[in-house]
Amino acid sequence: MSDATPLLEVRNLSKNFGAVQALSDLSMKVHAGEVVALAGDNGAGKTTLIKAISGVYKPSGGEIFLKGEPVSFDSPQEAREKGIETIYQDLALADNLSIGANIFLGREPMRMAMGFLPVLDRRKMAEAARDTMALLDFHVNRLDAPVSNFSGGQRQAVAIGRAVYWNAQILIMDEPTAALGVPEQRKVISLIHQLKAQGRGVIFISHNLQDIFAVSDRIVVLRRGVQAGERRISDTTHDEVVKLMVGG
Amino acid sequence: MTSTPTPHVSPPADHGAGRLTPLQRIINLRAWLFLVALILGFEVWSRVDFGGSFILNPFNVQSIAIFAVVPLLLAVGQTFVIISGGIDLSLGFIMGLAAVVAAHTVNWAGQYMGLPFAVLMGMFAAVTVACVPGFINGWLISRLKIPPFIGTLGMFGVARGVAFLLAGGTTVPVQNSVFSALGNGRLWNIPYIVIIAAVFVLLMHYLLSQTRFGQHNYAIGANEQAARRAGIDVKSHILRLYILSAACAGLAGFIYAARFSAGAAQAGEPLLLDSVAAVVIGGASLFGGSGTILGTMAGALVIAVIQYGLVFINVKPFWQFISVGVVIIISVLIDQAQRNFGGGRQSE
Repeated sequence: MSDATPLLEVRNLSKNFGAVQALSDLSMKVHAGEVVALAGDNGAGKTTLIKAISGVYKPSGGEIFLKGEPVSFDSPQEAREKGIETIYQDLALADNLSIGANIFLGREPMRMAMGFLPVLDRRKMAEAARDTMALLDFHVNRLDAPVSNFSGGQRQAVAIGRAVYWNAQILIMDEPTAALGVPEQRKVISLIHQLKAQGRGVIFISHNLQDIFAVSDRIVVLRRGVQAGERRISDTTHDEVVKLMVGG
Repeated sequence: MTSTPTPHVSPPADHGAGRLTPLQRIINLRAWLFLVALILGFEVWSRVDFGGSFILNPFNVQSIAIFAVVPLLLAVGQTFVIISGGIDLSLGFIMGLAAVVAAHTVNWAGQYMGLPFAVLMGMFAAVTVACVPGFINGWLISRLKIPPFIGTLGMFGVARGVAFLLAGGTTVPVQNSVFSALGNGRLWNIPYIVIIAAVFVLLMHYLLSQTRFGQHNYAIGANEQAARRAGIDVKSHILRLYILSAACAGLAGFIYAARFSAGAAQAGEPLLLDSVAAVVIGGASLFGGSGTILGTMAGALVIAVIQYGLVFINVKPFWQFISVGVVIIISVLIDQAQRNFGGGRQSE
């Protein structure tokens, strides 16, 4: 697998804010069907890294390759069009709208009613919602209900479903399990397994080593803006990762 | 490479999740229930006191409808703004300004062209002039990040002053028979202005419930950040939104001037709070994200029925204020109760 062209490759990425070097010379790869965990203490540069990958920040140096092609993004929209989707902790859902309306937010499909009147194509949105959510092994039978009626894990699934529907190849998930109860956390972990099985790449940020070990293939540890280490999950232990994080 | 084997935990199928409970459905229709209850109440009172029907009397129905037209038009614009999470306090005086402009324009244009054309000119001028303060509101709120309450409060004062200046501090009478026929005439016994309002309300219902503009309005009201991240141009939406609400006020001012054959700067002053009340009674939340045009219509009718009904049964008119106030409070209490109990996340 490591021989194939990675979905995403970051080479020698740096980002400084004035004199503050938030990220220096960082390199990492994400292959199709691979979950890479990003770990590190607060201020280690995790957020800077994902913001540089997802087009929020312009890197000060280094290169990003998507399926071997060099890319650079001026906005998160551009990154999203190229298939890099970030799922933030607050999910960015409109709670008063249905799953379908959230999936299509900003790109709503229209149809002609009575041959001349353009109206929102709610049926298409509902069908896409049902199919997409089924892909994530999540079945709802009431597709017109607002997403506020769903639980935290289900809402996470909606946010992921939106990315999947628009064909995201790389999903960056920022602390997806942080605000959830234990059963809900397990649902999210299983969602990540689904994404992996579909051949997408996932970058998974978490403070929770248990979650990281449950779902990731590799872990990249950051410390003060530099890579402190990279390990296969099967070859490492909690203790070793903690040591890398705190610099023991 | 091998990944650590992990038990695959499938999220259970949630067949009950996301269902609207019957209680939620009733709560969403509360304005119509209020309306029915009020009409029944007046009906009983009317039969006991006068031995005649309240609602089966066509004169009463017509009067209530005419009464509701102008506040309803304001409330329709206000509905869009409140759903987006804002509020437009300037609508009342934008309406007054539009009424004065309509009166002046119809008088002036009547000297040069046929009376019906002068009326059309008046409508065009009223709506166009109303859009100017609407544009400024939208610009202040979307570009300069002024909170809607403050921005439109400032415009409340500006529009008020300009309207009184244009009116010369008095009402502006209109001499145009077509204009007054439009304001007071009937087609098949339905007042023209009621027909105009009905068509306009249908259009706005379409805009809110069936178009991207409407959908984005709900999304922005619920989560502006999410709307922005989804690629919606929130700034230009907000700008168009306040122009839209001001245009509604412009049409309301035009119809007011037609109905009374006069423009008055203070025409909309008492109607501003009625417009907010109609929206809230109609089921919208002042926190944004919810509300419908049809609910607002029910809300405006509730207020009109209270106002007309109390006069009809010979109660001192001041009771109107008390009754409308009580209905608003009850409506908001129901909304809050729904947030806390009914509409919360069900399966957490």
